[in-house]
Amino acid sequence: MLMLAFDTATPAITVALHDGWATLSEHHTVDASRHGELLAPAIAHVLESAGATREDLTGVAVGVGPGPFTGLRVGLATARTFGAVLGVPVHGVCTLDVVALATEVSGPFLVATNARRKEVYCASYADRETRVGGPEVARPADVASPLPVAGEGAALYPEHFPSAVAPEYPSAAVLAEAAVRRTVPLLEPVPLYLRRPDVAEPGARKPVL
Amino acid sequence: MRVADEPVVLGIETSCDETGIGIVRGSTLLSDAIASSVDEHARFGGVVPEVASRAHLEAMVPTLERACRESGVALRDVDAIAVTSGPGLTGALLVGVASAKALALSLGRPVYGVNHLAAHVAADRLEHGPLPEPCMALLVSGGHSSLLLVEDVTSGVEQLGSTIDDAAGEAFDKVARLLGLPFPGGPHIDREARAGDPAYVEFPRGLTSGRDMERHRFDFSFSGLKTAVARWVEARERDGEPVPVADVAASFQEAVCDVLARKAVDACRRRGVDDLLIGGGVAANSRLRAMTEERAGRHGIRVRVPRPALCTDNGAMVAALGAELVSRGRSPSALDLPVDSTMPITEIVA
Ligand SMILES: Nc1ncnc2c1ncn2[C@@H]1O[C@H](COP(=O)(O)OP(=O)(O)O)[C@@H](O)[C@H]1O
Repeated sequence: MLMLAFDTATPAITVALHDGWATLSEHHTVDASRHGELLAPAIAHVLESAGATREDLTGVAVGVGPGPFTGLRVGLATARTFGAVLGVPVHGVCTLDVVALATEVSGPFLVATNARRKEVYCASYADRETRVGGPEVARPADVASPLPVAGEGAALYPEHFPSAVAPEYPSAAVLAEAAVRRTVPLLEPVPLYLRRPDVAEPGARKPVL
Repeated sequence: MRVADEPVVLGIETSCDETGIGIVRGSTLLSDAIASSVDEHARFGGVVPEVASRAHLEAMVPTLERACRESGVALRDVDAIAVTSGPGLTGALLVGVASAKALALSLGRPVYGVNHLAAHVAADRLEHGPLPEPCMALLVSGGHSSLLLVEDVTSGVEQLGSTIDDAAGEAFDKVARLLGLPFPGGPHIDREARAGDPAYVEFPRGLTSGRDMERHRFDFSFSGLKTAVARWVEARERDGEPVPVADVAASFQEAVCDVLARKAVDACRRRGVDDLLIGGGVAANSRLRAMTEERAGRHGIRVRVPRPALCTDNGAMVAALGAELVSRGRSPSALDLPVDSTMPITEIVA
């Protein structure tokens, strides 16, 4: 088995290749505005450094957010196209679950990532593998908590999340492992937007005079 | 060149609201699959970028599968991928470019990020064969209005002029809204105008006066025209009189087409070019085509207009440009190919 995994729902562009036993290669960059540029070369890189070819892939796992839409879609468009071309399954995993899996806390905690517009994408966990609330999009003040908080949101809003814990971003190696071992719910590769598109229906025509 | 040697190229277009995937072999069209989100935008009176981007993601794989099925070509037989990398809506372009790169990586083929306007020009290869070199191209759509001198569509396109405000299609859409016609308004104005008097109102012809002709000989401006129509309609409404929709539509359309045809023929004559190509959604306009053919004919200039499906945004035109790039041995793009919402026409491949 050879699972290609990536997540582009946070400022991180993270890619990994997993053979069912272990991570063979991984690549991690943080650049909030260049997902569209950096993902494909990173995939080429992990394949090459593991000495694998595209024909060897048996599945794709992708973070389905929630996260900023533009980057999120780069990952989903890439994953779905790979799946369609190679005829392999594409598994979606909630990006916040990937962050949660890599925490080292015992007991309940939150994951909060940057939703921009002074909001966070947020979910609560009973333990690393058990999400008990969310994901939702919220103002930090409305979900403020003394519990440990992983994800970039904790660093951005220390006044609401005083006990920040690692990690800040998801890791594709963790995502790959979760998809292989099915330690979190596997979803359809459908983006978790959580917000409607911003649109304003035009009002009555304004006179030009 | 033997047919078997001609490159099979898959083209992807997502710069605005159509998800287009086309497959060509050289200049032979094999398939042209389109999904449009236009209905989702209609109630907003214009394209909403986030709505378009979401629709592209959902339409991508189904459209890809349809293009393959209709062409009878298996993906492994595709020699190269071409994709619109600009100009257009950034979020929309990104869905197409990400998918194109995934195709390139998963098939082990090169990817060409190409200019949307150059692809509109190349579309006519599929209808009328190789482009005359040089040729003049008048590209008029909802997002663009430009006059291009095309020496070689893969490397040498010179922009002689473009709109300094609204695009021609945008003017059609805005005036249609003013007249209470649905979005996109171009086809409705075209239809209404058939029953109207084009000389009912003498609307202004932007950038055609002596002074403007010195600085903006080949540029267009439609925003003054739109305002003039709005004023005229409002004055009527204020006086409590009915608006003669067909006559206003015909008079407006006459003004737009007059300027487009006049400047396009002028550009051909000025640069000694005998072939004029019209592309973009507005090329479907019946009056524009008739008027341009008549005026060009007087000067021995031939007019080429591809069929409407190849004029509006589509994937086949991107594939057609890609095939020309492959045939002429041009280098493909790198895998870190970015999108460029304002890609200039001097850049054909990113
Ligand atoms: N028969 C027509 N007459 C005038 N304008 C038209 C006609 N058909 C389509 N259009 C216009 O063409 C535009 C759509 O063109 P298209 O090439 O799809 O471009 P874009 O994606 O840049 O809007 C719209 O503005 C539409 O109103």
